Amino acid sequence: MEAANQPAASVARAINIESIHRGDKVNLADEKICLEVKDFDLYYGDKQALHGINMTIPKNRVTAFIGPSGCGKSTLLRCFNRMNDLIDSVRVDGEMLLDGVDLNTASVNVADLRRQVGMVFQKPNPFPKSIYENVAYGLRLQGVNDRLTLDKVVEKSLKGAALWDEVKDRLHESAMGMSGGQQQRLVIARAIAIEPEVLLLDEPASALDPLSTLKIEELIYELKDKYTIVIVTHNMQQAARVSDYTAFMYMGELIEFGATDELFTNPTKKQTEDYITGRYG
Amino acid sequence: MATNKSQHISQQFETELQDIRSRVLAMAGLVEKQVADALEALITGNVDLARQVIEQDTQVNDLEMQIDEECTQIIALRQPTASDLRLIIAILKTITDLERIGDEANSIAQKAINLSEQDRPKKSYRELSTLGTHVCTMLRDALDAFARFDVESALKVAREDKNVDEEYEGILRQMITYMMEDPRTISRVLDLMWSARSLERIGDHAKNVCEYVIYLVEGKDVRHLSVENMEKVLQGKS
Repeated sequence: MEAANQPAASVARAINIESIHRGDKVNLADEKICLEVKDFDLYYGDKQALHGINMTIPKNRVTAFIGPSGCGKSTLLRCFNRMNDLIDSVRVDGEMLLDGVDLNTASVNVADLRRQVGMVFQKPNPFPKSIYENVAYGLRLQGVNDRLTLDKVVEKSLKGAALWDEVKDRLHESAMGMSGGQQQRLVIARAIAIEPEVLLLDEPASALDPLSTLKIEELIYELKDKYTIVIVTHNMQQAARVSDYTAFMYMGELIEFGATDELFTNPTKKQTEDYITGRYG
Repeated sequence: MATNKSQHISQQFETELQDIRSRVLAMAGLVEKQVADALEALITGNVDLARQVIEQDTQVNDLEMQIDEECTQIIALRQPTASDLRLIIAILKTITDLERIGDEANSIAQKAINLSEQDRPKKSYRELSTLGTHVCTMLRDALDAFARFDVESALKVAREDKNVDEEYEGILRQMITYMMEDPRTISRVLDLMWSARSLERIGDHAKNVCEYVIYLVEGKDVRHLSVENMEKVLQGKS
């Protein structure tokens, strides 16, 4: 009775405004550093593809690389787990540090590095094996064959990739029978099964329909508690939605790097502005 | 990052933004005329002019709704970013203030009609006329600042608001004296007071528009700041 007589304002006062989540403001200076790039150049033969890149990728955050085709964003992403080693003509200069260790020095074991830094590509690339075996593959490579351990890791990874409920009854069916969106999440499950530190995503949703895309984006949001995520995307709205920090690259240079909400509302460089608003440079 | 002069790749988007801007300017022109006419009707006791002002209000309201609709379309279909996004947000906010200015002009026109049948002692209208002219200038400068994306003039208008407030308080004191001297004037003086109040509110709305201009051009939110702090925020720009 008494409550009914009270003015509406007292109801409003009962809600603790501080408790309403408003999304934290991020600030690069307060972050722990995961990857650090210093004066980094990359050449394909005579052609220089990356020019003096300097940036730090913060730990447990999502960092997006955006820029027009051929700006070097995928090239840079591939450097983080030395995928460019596979191309003979590639030469690099400068430093790239993972937790303070230069990952281009001779003492770094590339297989170990790729275990620490997982990668997911544009086209889902499941192995022609069962769903279960796809996820267990990395562990089997490491010599783990204990059934119980594998079961546990497979379940945990599939849950982590938000796929478990959809596939738990058909773990031993071929992964090739899954939809594109499911395959992409399977590939992410495979990548996180070996518990990497960093996940590199190269256009992870560009071959998917809008709903699968949203699932992947939701997944990225959940995964960042555990992993540092670096994503390359052509879809600017996607970069704006999923990332905490955004780097804009153009012609092999890093033009602007900063908090995503700042970069998309008030970029400091004209080139960034022109690109994200869709203008002639 | 100042607003962008280069063209969008999508010519259609470019046209849509141009169109929406010219509509806002048309609405601004209409509102500016409403205020000037309402003031003149009040000072001269011109009832016909006052009626015109009241009639024009529907046009202003229609424009507000049309522009609202267009902004919604652009947000839904174009997902504007950076300066485009700030332009749309600034427009959405500006037209709300413009519509309110129209309402205040409307209210002044109503009072002008009431007052036309009463005694018109010159001295009570002199101060009001000064305040009104001052507010009209402020409004015009604010709308110019919006049309030209001019932060300097926007700041100038924001500085002016304090003077308008002081003039308004002066008028209030004077009106209270009139009412105490001769209680028979109370209903007339109250109408004058409400008109003064409307003019002062128009000044506040003009200042709001200037704050949106600063947001639009500089990307800085300067609402609820003193003019000194506004200037500080703007000097700290990167």
